[in-house]
Amino acid sequence: MNQAIRNTWIAVVLLFVLCLGSLSYVQFFAASDLNNNALNKRQLFREFDLPRGAILVDGKPIAESKPSEGQFKYQRTYTDPELYAFLTGFYSLTNSSTQLESVMNDELTGQSQDQFFDRMINLFSGRANEGASVELTIDGKLQKFVYDLIPDGTRGTIIVSEPKTGNILAMASKPSYDTNLLAVQSSKEAAANMKKLLKVPGLSPYVNPALGNLTAPGSTFKVLDLVAAIESGKYNADTVMKNPAKVTLPGTTTPLGNFFGGNCAAKTEAPLSFIVAQSCNTPFVEISEKLGAEPFEKVTKNFGFGQQLNIPLRVVPSVFPPNLDPAALGQSVIGQRDVKATAMQMNMVAMGIANGGKIMQPNLIKRVIAPDLKVLSETKPKEFATATSKDVADQVTDLMRGPVKSGTAVRAQVPGLDIAAKTGTSQIGGSTLVNSWITGFAPANDPQVAVTIVFEKIDFKTGSSLTSPNLKKILEAVFNQ
Amino acid sequence: MSELETAPIPRRNMELLLLLLALAVAMAAYYLVGINSDNGLSQEFITQGLFLAGLALVFHVILRIWAKYADPVILPVTVALNGIGLAMIHRIDLAKVSRDNDQAYRQILWTGIAMVVAMVVLWAIRDHRVLRRFTYTALAASVVLLLLPMVPGLGVPINGARIWVRIGSSLSFQPGELAKITLAIFFAGYLSSNRELILLAGKKIGPLQLPRARDLGPMLVAWLVSIGVLVVQRDLGSSILLFGLFMVMIYVATARVSWIVIGMLMLAGGGVFAYFTMGHVTRRIDGWINAFDPDIYYAQGGSRQIVEGLFGMGDGGLLGTGLGNGSPYLVPLANSDMIVAALGEELGLIGLSAIVLLYLILISRGMRAALGSRDAFGKLLATGLSFTLGLQCFVVIGGVTRLIPLTGLTTPFMAAGGSSLLANWIIVAILLLISHNSRRPMQAGLSATAEVATEAPRRQKLTKEAKQ
Repeated sequence: MNQAIRNTWIAVVLLFVLCLGSLSYVQFFAASDLNNNALNKRQLFREFDLPRGAILVDGKPIAESKPSEGQFKYQRTYTDPELYAFLTGFYSLTNSSTQLESVMNDELTGQSQDQFFDRMINLFSGRANEGASVELTIDGKLQKFVYDLIPDGTRGTIIVSEPKTGNILAMASKPSYDTNLLAVQSSKEAAANMKKLLKVPGLSPYVNPALGNLTAPGSTFKVLDLVAAIESGKYNADTVMKNPAKVTLPGTTTPLGNFFGGNCAAKTEAPLSFIVAQSCNTPFVEISEKLGAEPFEKVTKNFGFGQQLNIPLRVVPSVFPPNLDPAALGQSVIGQRDVKATAMQMNMVAMGIANGGKIMQPNLIKRVIAPDLKVLSETKPKEFATATSKDVADQVTDLMRGPVKSGTAVRAQVPGLDIAAKTGTSQIGGSTLVNSWITGFAPANDPQVAVTIVFEKIDFKTGSSLTSPNLKKILEAVFNQ
Repeated sequence: MSELETAPIPRRNMELLLLLLALAVAMAAYYLVGINSDNGLSQEFITQGLFLAGLALVFHVILRIWAKYADPVILPVTVALNGIGLAMIHRIDLAKVSRDNDQAYRQILWTGIAMVVAMVVLWAIRDHRVLRRFTYTALAASVVLLLLPMVPGLGVPINGARIWVRIGSSLSFQPGELAKITLAIFFAGYLSSNRELILLAGKKIGPLQLPRARDLGPMLVAWLVSIGVLVVQRDLGSSILLFGLFMVMIYVATARVSWIVIGMLMLAGGGVFAYFTMGHVTRRIDGWINAFDPDIYYAQGGSRQIVEGLFGMGDGGLLGTGLGNGSPYLVPLANSDMIVAALGEELGLIGLSAIVLLYLILISRGMRAALGSRDAFGKLLATGLSFTLGLQCFVVIGGVTRLIPLTGLTTPFMAAGGSSLLANWIIVAILLLISHNSRRPMQAGLSATAEVATEAPRRQKLTKEAKQ
């Protein structure tokens, strides 16, 4: 019997060896795989128990973590949530985090490279890592001003930036939403709130419309045509061109006309300056036929189309399709068909022209500040690309004065202010609604701000009453400050 | 057996020393929970810690009086395990994730009850051989205990398994936990009396000596009881445990490997049958194999519990997050079924391995008592009970680490739950008694000589029978 007991003991020892082996596997060999598993929310849960850095505008927090009595030790709280929703994004356990809360997560949680030494010190002193605060380049007053210019019930975006630094001063969109609704600790409540928000027409809480909505840029695209045309050496402001009411697209029977009701009909032959001011379409078809697709592909690429950009929020690359046939090119050069751009991209076009052909890297982050108020990093202006020469940029600037002086953007006029801008209206297939654009800068001789306004899916009249007049209001606000 | 004779030294002072060490470990665990949750020296550190210390010391004194030759390691190891479990349950209470964050208080009460009952067992039984008289009473008690949860109005299904009895509005109890003990007593009694009959040769196939069909009876009963528990009460863990208990006791009684082979075949048969016919078993197995499949992870009753446990243990890694610094409360049932995962997360592989080794020491001491026991009943009972503890640890740890499918068994002495604590403390009391009897001077056990079963006479008798 004793031998059987000894054998039983050996069996038990073997069972325990299996247990220890299995524990070693889980806790040692498989540990890093487990920690990186997509289903693993532990890191996130830990973050929710740590003080997270604030997001600051003008030194005041627009997102901060307040001590909480709930499931977690802190509650993320947003001040003026609708105003900044698309910049801060939200920090949610259930719906993950978005926008700056997501891309600046390392800084906000104190995990960034710059905070390495603080982390080390905390490791030994046993203190919790505190996140750094992120200060934005946004001008709070201007942000509020442009946000209020977008009427409720419309889908609009306004960007104001500094062409000389790339800093973004305002970036607002509607319809917006209350980020606090998604930051609630109860996952049930957060999921229900998200469900409700997803039903709001034109709203996606995950997408910043200024950076993520690709729409046809309409005639604002002609700014790029002008760059291509002038760079070719075959055109200047005084080049006189044919301006028929209608042309047939090359190789097809499809007609393309000037915008009905505009002033283009006044002249069947006109200099380029008139054509730009009145935003006639037909001469640009002729330019595209003459130059071919290649210069347009090059210019759009130089200005940032098709390129990945992080400001540090991710900007969806804008599209100018390659290898267009002459008919498609004819439609594309007036910003229709397959050409798609974000508001940010068209703002970069304005910044590039304003800054003498050099586009500064658009940027939202002024600096990152450690909990002890030490500045961890400060963003310096950086060149994004040299899009064109100063000479070409100056000629285009001059042409862009036209629409404001005497053309499609006269309602943007501010007495005593030299403004360059280009309007755009893109038709939406199968609909009477349009996308209404304006992009420009001022003062044209020493640009301080570049402004881009876009209203999506709006009727033409309302759209044009919201672009040029609002550009005027914004410039008045900026220069009367 | 003579080489196993140990000098009859009480070794109670050694026990006291180890007990103080065990209490220091438990108090240190409480202390760490306190400081890491910013409570400092919490009220619980003082009240619950002192309560446990008081009980343990009284237990020690009781052993000095009634079982002074008992193994000096068993009590300290048990107190250490119970103490660490209490600290962990208290720690999970502090996370305030469940409505019911008074588990530690209830657990310390149950610890008190269980230890007092264990002391009463020591006092009342004094000599484990008394239990042999209750062989068939124990069988009857087992049947009643196993059937109790099926009584309408008394039994309540919790988490799908109908193994609970609710008395009044708040007190619930798992009678199956006690059935382990009564069944072990029955089998020890039955087998020590009928060993010779069962050992009679059956057919021989190759190296395997098969038992006679009618001797398969107890095995079949055991198998049917296990399957019955599985089918009727939907309790996979208990069913494995009971069957393992029977198998090992028959093996120890007969020293025939054929029983193990037959047992394993029956277990495999039962397992395959259960997998294909019982939804909850199928789900357990699927959740085990495809644990990381998001569909199964998110499914109702899916693999979330085990996967969260794995994440916790992975998070703890080698050294652990430190008691009170992890988030073990993210695992469902962290303070009961999954307490191993919680310990793994906060104490790390090293800390948890130490705990596992404590269990191995406890079980080894139990088996040591079995080896030293001078009667077959004691040997069988001690082996059966020790093996049950070992098997239970294996099923729990193997389940939590995904070595085997997860079954709802409690971790002895640690998991929150009164019935489990009570049953395991009674097991400890019985093991202490058996070790006391096996280690005390021979003359003290003269009355037992009639029951002393040694190997030699049995073999003679067998050869005689064979000749006839």
